[in-house]
Amino acid sequence: MTRQIRWAAAFCLLLTVLLLLNAARIQLVQSATYDDNPANRRKDIARYAQPRGDIFVDGRPVTGSKDTGEQLRYERTYKNGPLYAPVTGYASQVYGSTFLENTEDRILSGTSPLLSPLPLIGDLTRELEPGGQVHTTIVPQMQRAAYEGLGGKQGAVAAIEPATGRILALVSTPSYDPELLSGNGIRAARDWSRLNSAASKPMLNRAIRQTYPPGSAFKVVTAAAALDAGVIGDVDAPTKSPDPYRLPGTSTSLGNEVEGCENASLRYAFTWSCNTVFARLGVEVGLGSMAGTAQRFGFNTRGLRIPSPVATSTFDTSMDQPQLALSSIGQYDTRATPLQMAMVASAVASGGDIKAPYLVDRTADSSGDTVGLTQPRSLRQAFNPRTAALLREMMVEVVEKGTGRNAAIPGAVVGGKTGTAQHGFGNTGLPYAWFISWAQAQDSATPAVAVAVVVEDASAVRDDISGGGSAAPIARAVMEAGLVRAAEREPQGWQQQQPEGWQQQPQGWQREQNGWPGARGRR
Amino acid sequence: MTGSTADTQGQRGFQGYQDLPDLAELTGSQDAAVAGAGPARRRGVELALLVLAVGLSVCGYLSVGLARHGTVPPGAAGYGAGLGVLALLAHLAVRLRAPYADPLVLPIAVLLNGLGLVLIYRLDQETPHDQAALAQLVWSTVGVGLFIVVVLALRDHRTLQRYAYLSGLAALALLAVPIFFPPVNGARLWVQIGGLSLQPGEFAKILLAVFFAAYLAANRSALAYAGRRVLWMRLPTGRVLGPVVVIWLVSVGVLVLERDLGTSLLFFGLFVILLFVATGRKGWLAVGLLLGGAGAYAAARFEPHVHTRVADWLHPLASIEAGEGPNQLAQSLFAFAAGGMLGTGLGKGESILIGFAAKSDFILATAGEELGLVGLSAIFVLYAALVARGYRAGLALRDAFGRLLAVGLASILALQVFVIAGGVTGLIPLTGMAMPFLAQGGSSVVTNWIMVALLIRLSDSARSLQESDRSQQEDMVP
Repeated sequence: MTRQIRWAAAFCLLLTVLLLLNAARIQLVQSATYDDNPANRRKDIARYAQPRGDIFVDGRPVTGSKDTGEQLRYERTYKNGPLYAPVTGYASQVYGSTFLENTEDRILSGTSPLLSPLPLIGDLTRELEPGGQVHTTIVPQMQRAAYEGLGGKQGAVAAIEPATGRILALVSTPSYDPELLSGNGIRAARDWSRLNSAASKPMLNRAIRQTYPPGSAFKVVTAAAALDAGVIGDVDAPTKSPDPYRLPGTSTSLGNEVEGCENASLRYAFTWSCNTVFARLGVEVGLGSMAGTAQRFGFNTRGLRIPSPVATSTFDTSMDQPQLALSSIGQYDTRATPLQMAMVASAVASGGDIKAPYLVDRTADSSGDTVGLTQPRSLRQAFNPRTAALLREMMVEVVEKGTGRNAAIPGAVVGGKTGTAQHGFGNTGLPYAWFISWAQAQDSATPAVAVAVVVEDASAVRDDISGGGSAAPIARAVMEAGLVRAAEREPQGWQQQQPEGWQQQPQGWQREQNGWPGARGRR
Repeated sequence: MTGSTADTQGQRGFQGYQDLPDLAELTGSQDAAVAGAGPARRRGVELALLVLAVGLSVCGYLSVGLARHGTVPPGAAGYGAGLGVLALLAHLAVRLRAPYADPLVLPIAVLLNGLGLVLIYRLDQETPHDQAALAQLVWSTVGVGLFIVVVLALRDHRTLQRYAYLSGLAALALLAVPIFFPPVNGARLWVQIGGLSLQPGEFAKILLAVFFAAYLAANRSALAYAGRRVLWMRLPTGRVLGPVVVIWLVSVGVLVLERDLGTSLLFFGLFVILLFVATGRKGWLAVGLLLGGAGAYAAARFEPHVHTRVADWLHPLASIEAGEGPNQLAQSLFAFAAGGMLGTGLGKGESILIGFAAKSDFILATAGEELGLVGLSAIFVLYAALVARGYRAGLALRDAFGRLLAVGLASILALQVFVIAGGVTGLIPLTGMAMPFLAQGGSSVVTNWIMVALLIRLSDSARSLQESDRSQQEDMVP
């Protein structure tokens, strides 16, 4: 009997060993698979177990968190949600997240290794770091000026600081309150479907995610191409431009809305926005040079991130001559985001130097200590400095005596360009009104702000829609706010305002500057 | 301690030449010899281990409170005192009436029971309207009470042999009673009397073990050697085998009717192991495995309830792919996986997502998630140690009934742990059963304490036998 008892004991030992091996299989070998299963709520529960880090504008949080006491405990809240929605995006427990809430999620949710002083300790204790801070480059006064300027209209504003690429305002209207989508209840579901089905597309971030035909605002690019290519030597010399201009190889004639465009000089044509002159000029410059210049401005460049992804602005690279003529006045297939057009204005203001636009100034841990800092970075020289000087001159003239007089600001040098873009089948849609501009205080060495405004004014009569009429006043308000800000900052200069020791940041900012390495890698 | 014992013995042996009368006096009365060999009782070890077990449980309780609320839970002192008093009373009973009992058995039982209370208290934090820890403490008290009664009242385990058939009948009756009560969650396992809800099948385990042990002890020679030879095996005569097969068939039949597959599996395994140990015939194992396999196949094939369990076991995540969300087994696997090596820490897991039966059948998932593989392994090793002590007692005992009873009780524990732990970790199809000592459930915890009392009694007999052997050997040295 003794032998049998030993056998039975060995059998029980075998059962124990099987249990131990199986436990190791589940808990070690297969644990990652189970952890990552979408039906496993643990990651969601952990994610919402602590308040989410906040997004800051000018040192003040524009977000918050509220304790719901539910299984997914903390929900996102927003202060001035509609105003900052194009910047923050939403952070929903059900519908994911967008824009900074999405790209900066690891900082905000506390999972970024940058936040953890000793990463291994976190793995051991399984404690999440408290959510970090994301400080944006947005200037609240400019953001508000743009938002209020657009008012009830559909449109967008993008403003950047030419010397650095800091995005100072990013507005899209109509907007929505991202807080509506934060929770996981039936109300969030209702709001989600309502916002998604609304004809006015309130969740569309028109400033960076929507491209429009830029219309006459694109003439800045065409002028730059013509000057750089040497097609125009003297901006005051008359061009051989018929009025109306018959598109090459077709019977279609292009006219102007203003007088005096026949054989007008580039300066006159720019100031008064002569379609005929620029259409012919584009053809003369040729597809290659036009496309090259457009690309140096940032068109046809995929993967721009601020760090939110920006839709690619396009200039067609395989066109016949009539198409090229139309493209050169910002029609046909030419499309640009408002941010892209702000970059065009910025390039002119800063002598052709295009800076990478960015929205995140710095990231910090929950106590505000910087963990990542974005450094201004040049993308490329869009055109040569002589061209830049001439373009500046002409843009200033547009505001001083041309189509953009509504944007003039006393005491500041303001350059601008209007645009009215036809669109829709047979150009039957209501046109878009554009205004791109930059402003520089008279006593300042650097331009304070470059801005692009687009207004899809569906309610206006067609003739009234012109960049000078609807869009220029909004641009002026934004620029005025920008000049005030620049004047306040001028005594120190922007660099001294950076937190101390930022240059010694070891690896931090490079890893965190997620916009640019990615954009470069994809090119 | 072993060393000092040897020293004492050596000394005694040496002195034996001169002091023969003294030695004869010492060994003449067994009680006197026992009194002289103090260290072999190991009651001090047991007390120290009990302090450790209670201490660990209290630490767990504090840990839950600190993790959940950042403060020491208000009931900490009462809880610790309660468990401590229970452990102390049990210890005193053992000291009084089972002085040679294995010193590991009681501390392991107290630790497992304390850990179960901690886990239930921890899960209570998630269910404010369903507090179970206090009730479990009350049931534990009842269990320890019965433990003391058994240790005090049952002076010799052989007494139980006399009640073999009575035990068998009582087991059948207990198993049959729930048929007359409404089913709960698809299984007819419970008897509701007033506000109490009892699971008579739990108590039947012990009675059946007693019956099997007594019957097989009485008939083992007949079972092993009598009968006709068929093929390569010698079949026992129907007269001997009849009652055993009948009682087994009836108990299994009743369980299938009650749809409690786990207990059915447990009884079958117990029957096969005891038959093998009693007769020493491997043929019984073959027959048992064949019968068991056929039964399991038939159940999986024709019983929809069982069929579902097998399908879930083969594809635990199928309900997720079907868009119905994770089922209990998937949630249980999620919990174990979330635990990883070291666990989330008590009070920091999400095993409550398992939902229904999180405190009872699935309590091990909470242990797995919050204590990790390390903690879970420790729990398995505790059970294994308890089982091993049972087998040790079985090996040391002389009487067939005692040996079979010890093996039977230890096997019940081992099989039950395997069936439920294997079920919730996806090793075998899931069958509803209570994790001994850990799970919420009054009948279970009371039954387990009675089983531990019997193991204490058996190990006391076994170790006092060894002790008297040693004395007799010393007696013969000169």
